[in-house]
Amino acid sequence: MLQVLSKEFNSFLNSLIAYVVIGVFLTSMGLLVWVFPDTSVLDYGYADMDTLFSLGPYVFIFLIPAVTMRSFAEEKKAGTLELLMTKPLTDWDIILGKFLASFLLVLVALLPTVVYYFSIYALGNPVGNIDTPGVVGSYIGLLLLSGVFCSVGLVASSITTSQIVAFILAAFFCFILFSGFESVAQLNLWSSQALLIKQLGVLYHYESLSRGLIDSRDVIYFLSVIFIILSISKLILGSRQW
Amino acid sequence: MSLQVRNLTKEYGQQKAVHNISFELSEGEIVGFLGPNGAGKSTTMKISTGYLPPTEGDVLVGGHSVVERPMHVKQLTGYLPEHNPLYLDLYVHEYLNFIGKLYGIGGTKLTQRVGEIIELCGLANEQNKKIEALSKGYRQRVGLAQALIHDPKVLILDEPTSGLDPNQLVEIRKLIKDISTNKTVIFSTHIMQEVQALCDRVIVINSGNIVADDSLTSILKRGTGNVTVVAEFEGAVNVDDLRLLKGVQSVVAVHASSFRITADAGVDVRPEVFRFAADRNLSLIGLKQEENSLESIFHALTTQQVMHSEN
Repeated sequence: MLQVLSKEFNSFLNSLIAYVVIGVFLTSMGLLVWVFPDTSVLDYGYADMDTLFSLGPYVFIFLIPAVTMRSFAEEKKAGTLELLMTKPLTDWDIILGKFLASFLLVLVALLPTVVYYFSIYALGNPVGNIDTPGVVGSYIGLLLLSGVFCSVGLVASSITTSQIVAFILAAFFCFILFSGFESVAQLNLWSSQALLIKQLGVLYHYESLSRGLIDSRDVIYFLSVIFIILSISKLILGSRQW
Repeated sequence: MSLQVRNLTKEYGQQKAVHNISFELSEGEIVGFLGPNGAGKSTTMKISTGYLPPTEGDVLVGGHSVVERPMHVKQLTGYLPEHNPLYLDLYVHEYLNFIGKLYGIGGTKLTQRVGEIIELCGLANEQNKKIEALSKGYRQRVGLAQALIHDPKVLILDEPTSGLDPNQLVEIRKLIKDISTNKTVIFSTHIMQEVQALCDRVIVINSGNIVADDSLTSILKRGTGNVTVVAEFEGAVNVDDLRLLKGVQSVVAVHASSFRITADAGVDVRPEVFRFAADRNLSLIGLKQEENSLESIFHALTTQQVMHSEN
């Protein structure tokens, strides 16, 4: 598993992917948080990081599928997947290796935004007037959320040999998972079931975490979603056996 | 270490790719696996390496079942898939290191082993290049190198020489021959000459059935039984005179002075032709027995069965 992880991560670093992803993410977040007047924290007047945590997921909806789209699609097309699968590796080794490599890349992209926290901390009036637990919870939420997106991206990549199809499918399902349930719940059909449907979506649990209260139910929700989605890609990889 | 294929059947939906085949390779043997495209060669190999599961039957590597203990079998076998898939964006040594790690080799042992294998496969000058920069022949060497990195006892090569130019062909054949000492090797091909260059035993498969499993010499004998000799004289010779020779079945004039003589089964007509020339004071400048052409035997073996199965 670790061998696959390090190989995948190295190939991110050796190609442009890593730098483009990190560069685009940090540039767009930097502009949104500090420069664009509509969303800028400087104009907003409150010392919080809401911009990062509310817009970050939407940037991830496009960036993470771009990271994961090649993972299986390319290997299937080149035939190297057959090579990997005839090595003494389990399907889980391959899936987890690739999943963790993508996740690690997102983590690296996210890491520099911690600077924002310290900047806003210092800019606050009085200094330090920032909801630290909320920020920590939001970071945990954003990480778990990107884990979900990475797993969705892997599944999309494992069902096709075309990277473009993988990208579009992944972006679509990330969007559905993130805010689709929330929007569906607002339909005037569900009455008392509306909350249940809302709870199926990622956004509900993400918001719950960003209040700064780390509820084990939310964490378990995220981890189970990741596990279930990765199991689907395990199923798809195993389908050659049918 | 032996490789046993036992009553192997593989179906893709309705289609039977491999139909109840069995064969066995004893330790240290090199065997050519021959058949036309789509005969089931690759399927058999993919099952043997644990990539595909068999519908029925089993493959045993050194006595271990690939169905029950795939991890163990994968550790014992080296596999070069068809079309030789490679990570083109990796450097040669980087790639071999990666594959080595997948087999659980690490540390100084890995460095040493990668060095050895680069030397063995003649990649010393290419090891710091990216794989995408290599020619097809060198890529094939890299493919062989990755199959050999863990010193497997059983080597499964799926069309290791397809698409190479004649020089590379010779080099890769030599390489396979060199590395196959004390390994059990099965390689697939649809070129008979390849088998002849590399080994004695050949298994011929056609539409999922084994149609021959024998030494190459006895398969060659199976042909039509007639032996053809090409004789070339200096100056013109009357065809009818040649027809009168003992054991000659038919004579076809290639040129005025060159003839293709087909003899009865089991008769070597060459001494007769030589005496014929000597008696008439003719200069015989060429006398060559045609290998009862490998292609025609291949053709005979692999078309009968198709007709048979269609009936």
